[in-house]
Amino acid sequence: MIRAAWAILWKDLRIELRTRESAPAMALFSLTVFVLFHFGLRRNSIDGALASGVLWVTVLLAAVLGVNRLFAAEREERALDGILLAPIDRTAIYLAKAAALFLYLVLLELIAVPAFAILLLGPGLGGAFPELLAILLVADLGLAFVGALVAGLAAEARARDIVVPLLLLPLYVPLLIAVARATEPFLTSHPGPHGLAKWLGFTGVYDTVFLLVAVAVFDYLLED
Amino acid sequence: MPARPLFGRGLTALAIVTAVTLAAGYSLVFFYARLDADQGVIQKIFYVHVPLAIVSLCGFIAGGLMAIQHLRTRDRAWDMRSYVAIHLSIVFGVAVLITGSIWAKRSWGHWWVWDEPVLVSFLIVFLLYCCYQPLRFSISDPERQSRYASVFAIAAGAFVPINFVAVRLAVQRVHPRVLSETGGHLPGDMMLAFYVCLAGVALLFVTLWKLELTSKNASDQLRRLRANLEETPPGDVQAEAPPEPVGVG
Repeated sequence: MIRAAWAILWKDLRIELRTRESAPAMALFSLTVFVLFHFGLRRNSIDGALASGVLWVTVLLAAVLGVNRLFAAEREERALDGILLAPIDRTAIYLAKAAALFLYLVLLELIAVPAFAILLLGPGLGGAFPELLAILLVADLGLAFVGALVAGLAAEARARDIVVPLLLLPLYVPLLIAVARATEPFLTSHPGPHGLAKWLGFTGVYDTVFLLVAVAVFDYLLED
Repeated sequence: MPARPLFGRGLTALAIVTAVTLAAGYSLVFFYARLDADQGVIQKIFYVHVPLAIVSLCGFIAGGLMAIQHLRTRDRAWDMRSYVAIHLSIVFGVAVLITGSIWAKRSWGHWWVWDEPVLVSFLIVFLLYCCYQPLRFSISDPERQSRYASVFAIAAGAFVPINFVAVRLAVQRVHPRVLSETGGHLPGDMMLAFYVCLAGVALLFVTLWKLELTSKNASDQLRRLRANLEETPPGDVQAEAPPEPVGVG
């Protein structure tokens, strides 16, 4: 199963490297959203809870773009039939898609987080490094696990570009609550006490539950 | 064609029990339970709002459990049950949000308060389940539709408790708790009225659920019989299709 997942992931990454459709679009989109927030909030620099919220809402919206494109190659060329003909576990497809989304999100954040620090953030990211990295990592796992499941769910829907954000964003709310709270103390100039362990722990539980649910039910999605 | 069971057996009895329980419950509310000292008569909405919310959440969870059963047994009847449960829970959910808003307006002065975890969690869950029908009906193949809907119902069912925990962790509580987690604060008369109302609303949910299933099954069977009629040549009609009794009630 791991080998099959690896093969599908490798195929997705090669397609992405050649077409450059998902990750660059997500990064560019996040920059645009920062500009929107700058004008929408009429603020040159933000910090604390506001900064944390802006950063995470932007990442979530960019993730929606990635989820929308996740099964695009399979759908447009009807390549899914080919994958389904292969004698592999369906879970491998899910794991590969989640891994691909995870990598896109990491790429997105490699661009979006520094850009955020330059464009909008008042205090600077210097002191927050190991913690912020941990938060981003745990959050990306959750975003990828839920995103790949929703991508599979919406793959057969007619109005899928509407269904994906409508389904995905409410599902992301608990994650947003936790990671926005976890990030908040690291985006202020005078970091106060933080509940990092509590929020990271909760995000970990969220990741685990949705990974288990997705692995349990994904088989039923791509059956025919 | 194998003999099909009568649909809607016991529905009349159930409806009568429901009506009696609801009538008893709300009589207790207005003639027996005391008037709340702080909030006055508006507190009576509690006996509508909270049972609706509890039943609606249980309906969502039940929809998820029925969806698991559907995926395990491949029996489309379970999908239909899950669909009707979720669909009814959404309707109940609208009533929950409306009664909650009215209550909030009267007792806190705002139509909506963000620092009440249960209310906020409920809104998020409600928004998620609102996508159930768009998702379901944007898939044309009926067999695939029921599978995808079940997967959604299971994932969303798992989401409900997680979401409640997250919102509760995030929000400082300032709720005038009429009902604490165990209901311990409530004086006896109010408690009695509340539980009878809760039972009544739960019965109402079950009755409506059964009624909708009955009507869906009946119209399904009617469609099948019609299709059979059209297939068989005119001479055989008398012999072939004696309409089976479709018990509605």
